[in-house]
Amino acid sequence: MGAELGKYKSVVSARSTDKELLKHAQDGGIVTSLFAYALEEGIIDGAIVAASKEFAAKNPSKVMLDNSNFDMIEPWRPIPAIVNTKAELLAAAGTKYNISPNVALLKEATRAFGLDKIGIVGTPCQMQAVRKAQLYPIGFRDVGASIALAVGIFCMENFPYQSILQLVEDHAAMKLESVKKMEIGKGKFWVYGKRGQVVQLPLKVTHKYEQPGCHVCLDYVANLGDISTGSVGSPDGWSTVFVRSKIGDSVWAKAMAAGVFETQPIEKVKPGLELVTKLANEKITKNKATLEARKTFGVGKALRNPYI
Amino acid sequence: MADKITLGYTHLSGCTGCTVALADNYAGLLTLLDKYVDLKYMPTLADARHIQKVDVSFVEGSVCINDKLAVQEIKETREKSAIVVALGGCACYGNITRFSRGGQQNQPAHEAYLPIGDLIKVDVFIPGCAPTPQMIRNVAVMAYLLLKGTKEQKDLATAFLTPLMKLTEKNEACFCELMTQVINQGLCMGCGTCAAACPVNAITMEYGKPQGERDLCIKCGACYSQCPRSFFSFDVVENYEAINEAIMAALQ
Repeated sequence: MGAELGKYKSVVSARSTDKELLKHAQDGGIVTSLFAYALEEGIIDGAIVAASKEFAAKNPSKVMLDNSNFDMIEPWRPIPAIVNTKAELLAAAGTKYNISPNVALLKEATRAFGLDKIGIVGTPCQMQAVRKAQLYPIGFRDVGASIALAVGIFCMENFPYQSILQLVEDHAAMKLESVKKMEIGKGKFWVYGKRGQVVQLPLKVTHKYEQPGCHVCLDYVANLGDISTGSVGSPDGWSTVFVRSKIGDSVWAKAMAAGVFETQPIEKVKPGLELVTKLANEKITKNKATLEARKTFGVGKALRNPYI
Repeated sequence: MADKITLGYTHLSGCTGCTVALADNYAGLLTLLDKYVDLKYMPTLADARHIQKVDVSFVEGSVCINDKLAVQEIKETREKSAIVVALGGCACYGNITRFSRGGQQNQPAHEAYLPIGDLIKVDVFIPGCAPTPQMIRNVAVMAYLLLKGTKEQKDLATAFLTPLMKLTEKNEACFCELMTQVINQGLCMGCGTCAAACPVNAITMEYGKPQGERDLCIKCGACYSQCPRSFFSFDVVENYEAINEAIMAALQ
C-alpha cells in the first residue's frame, strides 16, 4: 500500500444487491445504496447529492439554486440537493461530468433543512473541503459534528458545464437531452444515447476542456472520505470501495451484515488495485509537476501554492 | 493551577459576538477554564480593570485610531501578551468597520478604523463573522498544547496553528480574494465551500464557480480562509480523525 491510495482499513470490489437500483447506477450503486441504507437506519437524516434539472423542478425546496431559474438549468448539469428518501436518491444516481458544488449546501443542511446527521457525497477536493471545515471551521459553525457519513468518489479531473456541452454536442455529435449515460473508462470518454447509440472520444480530445483547478489536485481516490468508491479496478457493474475511517468502518460493516452489498476480494478481480495505484500515481505525478512549474511560472514570480 | 495558561480578552471596536461565540462552547468552555485556561482579564466576564500580563490574548474588534484609549489598549495588549490572537473578522480584517466614515453623534470624528494587525504584530488569526465556537476552542486547546505540552504535542500544535499564523500576513479581506487569490490563480475547483461559509449569502455558484454580490459582502474573510484552496495542509488535515479525537478527549 502506497501513499497514493491514502489510509484505509479495507478495500473490496462491491456492488449493490438491489437489482432495481443497479439499473440507475453508474457502476455498482455503492453511493446510492449506502445512503439509502444509512437513511433507513437513521445513520443519516439527509444526504447532499448531485441531482438534476428534473429533480430541482419537482423539489424546489430541496435545492439551493443560484440566480438562474429552472428553465435555465440544462440537461446533465448537476444541482446540489438534499435528499431524504430512497426514491430521491435514485433520481440523483449516475455520474455527471461537470461541477456540482455540493459543499455549498453543507451549512444550510444544518440550518433551514434542520439535519443533525448529514451524508455528503463528493469528489476528493470536496472531501478535503469537508475535513478542513471540520478542523478549521471558519464559516461552518456547528457543522463539523453533524457530518455523519462522507462518501468520496474517485476523480481524475472534472469539467465545466460548457466543456461537457462541447464534448457531447460538438465532438460526439449528440444532443445532451438524448444522452442516457456518460463514462470515462478504458482510456475513452463514452457517451451512451437513449436510443442505444454509443460514441467514444479519445481522452486526448477532452484534455483541453478540463477544469484548470483540477491540475493541482493530489488526490485520486478520495483519501479523506469515510468510504470512497469508484469504477476503476473493478469489472463493469462493480465498484472499488475503500473503507477508511472509524465511521466508514462501522457503517460498512453494518451495511454488509444487512446484505446491502455483495463483494469480491479486490485481489480476485481484474484489473484490481494495480490499475488504481497506477492511475493514482499518474495523476499525482502529473499534478505535482504542475505545482512545481507554478513556482517559476513568471519571471522571478511564482503562482500561489495552496499546500502549506 | 500552575499548569494552566493565562488568557486575556481585549475588547475593542467589536460587537461582543466573538465573546458569545466563545461562550457558545457551552460545557466545553467550562472544561477549558477548569483544566487549561486561567482567565485573567475579560471586561465582559470578570472584574480585572486593566490589561494583564498573559500567555495568550484574544482581541475582538478593530481599532478606532481616533480613540486614544483604544490605541493605547491594543499596544498594551501586545506588550503584555506572549501570543496575540485576532478573534473574528473585525480584529483580523476590519470587517464591517471598514465601512465606517465618521459623522455620527456624539463622536463625529471617530471615523478611521483599522484591523489590529495594522498597529501591532499579530500571531494568529481566527477569521469569521462570527467566528465559530469550534475554531476558538481548537485554537485555545492548541495554544495550551503549544505552551504546556510534550514535544509531540508542541509539534502538533505548531502544525495546526501554522496556517492561522500565515493568515496574519494580510490584513484585508473581501469576496474579491476568491477572485484574486483562487480563481485568478487557476486554483478554484468549484467545491462550493465559499458559498456555504459566507455569513450574508453574498456568494452563489454559477456554473460551478463563485459569483460574488459585492455590495452584500461585509469583508469578513470567511470565504477565502475557509476555501480549501487558500490553505491546505496535508500533514494536518489527513490526520483529521486523530486530531478531532484528541481535541474532544481534551474537553472530556
